[in-house]
Amino acid sequence: MSEWWTYGPRDLLMFSQQTYYRLFELYNLELWPLQILALGLGAAVLALGWRGGDRAGRAIAAILAVCWLWVAWGFHWQRYASINVAAGYFALAFVVQALLLLWLGAGRGRLTPLPATRLQQRAGLGLLLFALLLFPLMGPLLGRSWTQAEVFGMVPDPTALATLGVLLLAGGRPAWALFPIPVAWCLLSGTTLWAMESTDFAVVPFAALLAVLLAVGGALMKRSSR
Amino acid sequence: MEKSPDLARRRLLGAVAAAPLLWPALGRAQPARPATRAIPSSGEAVPRVGLGSWITFNVGNDRVARDARAEVMRAFFLAGGRLIDSSPMYGSSQEVIGYALKKLGRPANLFAADKVWISDGAEGRAQIERSRRLWGIPRFDLVQVHNLLSWQAHLPTLFAMKAANQLRYVGITTSHGRRHDEMAQIMASQPIDFVQLSYNLFDREAEQRLLPLARERGIAVIVNRPFQQGALLRRLGRHPLPPWAAEIDCRSWAQFVLKFIISHPAVTCAIPATTRVDHVRENMGAATGRLPDQAMRARMAAWVDRR
Repeated sequence: MSEWWTYGPRDLLMFSQQTYYRLFELYNLELWPLQILALGLGAAVLALGWRGGDRAGRAIAAILAVCWLWVAWGFHWQRYASINVAAGYFALAFVVQALLLLWLGAGRGRLTPLPATRLQQRAGLGLLLFALLLFPLMGPLLGRSWTQAEVFGMVPDPTALATLGVLLLAGGRPAWALFPIPVAWCLLSGTTLWAMESTDFAVVPFAALLAVLLAVGGALMKRSSR
Repeated sequence: MEKSPDLARRRLLGAVAAAPLLWPALGRAQPARPATRAIPSSGEAVPRVGLGSWITFNVGNDRVARDARAEVMRAFFLAGGRLIDSSPMYGSSQEVIGYALKKLGRPANLFAADKVWISDGAEGRAQIERSRRLWGIPRFDLVQVHNLLSWQAHLPTLFAMKAANQLRYVGITTSHGRRHDEMAQIMASQPIDFVQLSYNLFDREAEQRLLPLARERGIAVIVNRPFQQGALLRRLGRHPLPPWAAEIDCRSWAQFVLKFIISHPAVTCAIPATTRVDHVRENMGAATGRLPDQAMRARMAAWVDRR
């Protein structure tokens, strides 16, 4: 299609809100109780982030990489692609993020929990907790079915937010290369929800931008304190 | 292309044969037949309301939603509908249409309209073939170049396929009022049968040039986005239907909007998309009863302009 720049997000939206959330419902029902395992992995990330240390950072990176790979395959490629012609590209981006996590996090130890500021630490843990515990509740609280809950490690939004939380926790030595894909996904997801007229469209982009601001702020503070 | 009596007879027999599949409740009164308009290049009559599939039929692998769309198509066929439009750009829509056609039994008079949407002209045929398999039909009646993408490369392919009887009509599409200059250029220079464009009570730009040009060149016109994805109906829905709408047998805003579109002398049909059986019946109802004449059309447009 030419003249892409003249199209708004609502012109490009290919599916209805009902179809989008039904995708989560069918996915959850089909794979239950894998969600419990995913939440267990999330709890492990939280515990490792709390404990700190180089080995914990490498383990967190490996867990997150597995989650990003699964979301690429199980969600984007296997399911989202059935209603969105761009989902193949999303899957590819998620694989790239998984490889970056393995390379920079598991390989080079750049996800060692070492926040630059107390605020960063709190925000990092807060974002992790939000992604793991509150995010799955958000849909049901807004009137959507429990079966449509979005769970960390299973679907993109909470996985991206939890990753940003981990990046904040490792903010003492930020791995900037790990930011673009989760942040871009959060902005894209917010735009999709906005185009679908979903009431919670601002939550994910807002949280992502807050994480970026705190990461940049922490890095600047650390530099100025040298 | 001339309308063959054999073809017409085959279609009639096919429709009669398919009726029990589509109309299980024996003895129930069938709805009034929709008004038709002739395709200028062939004289073949098509109902003035068709069925679009953008967004509404893109339900992926959801079996429940697929069955619900099949019911929409059942109601559409029962109300006398024929023309269904889709595109490879519409996600799973083609596959869902194919699913419904298999479930319902394909009516012999189905008018299958699809598009080619790929930058590489050499890939056009392969994409059309993939689309045809998804629909599960022997051939498309109409294939259109979606949003004029690589039209220079695709039109020769489509004309060759038409000559080889692999499709019956060739068209081009645009939407949202884009690229009207280029569309006019193609309409004036290429032997196409159909154009598809956006036209409604709030967006009447096509009346200036494209619709008169279509009449002059003998090109059929399919109107997409008649409700602007529902926004137009939400806007109109804030007001009560004017009492004089009854003079053209309007029972709803949807019918008001559709009757305005299909009463334009250049318009062959409009293709509203819906997920609901009651809405498809309401939409098809717009092609029954009285249609606005020129004076009434002016009154409708003036009423909308004042809002």
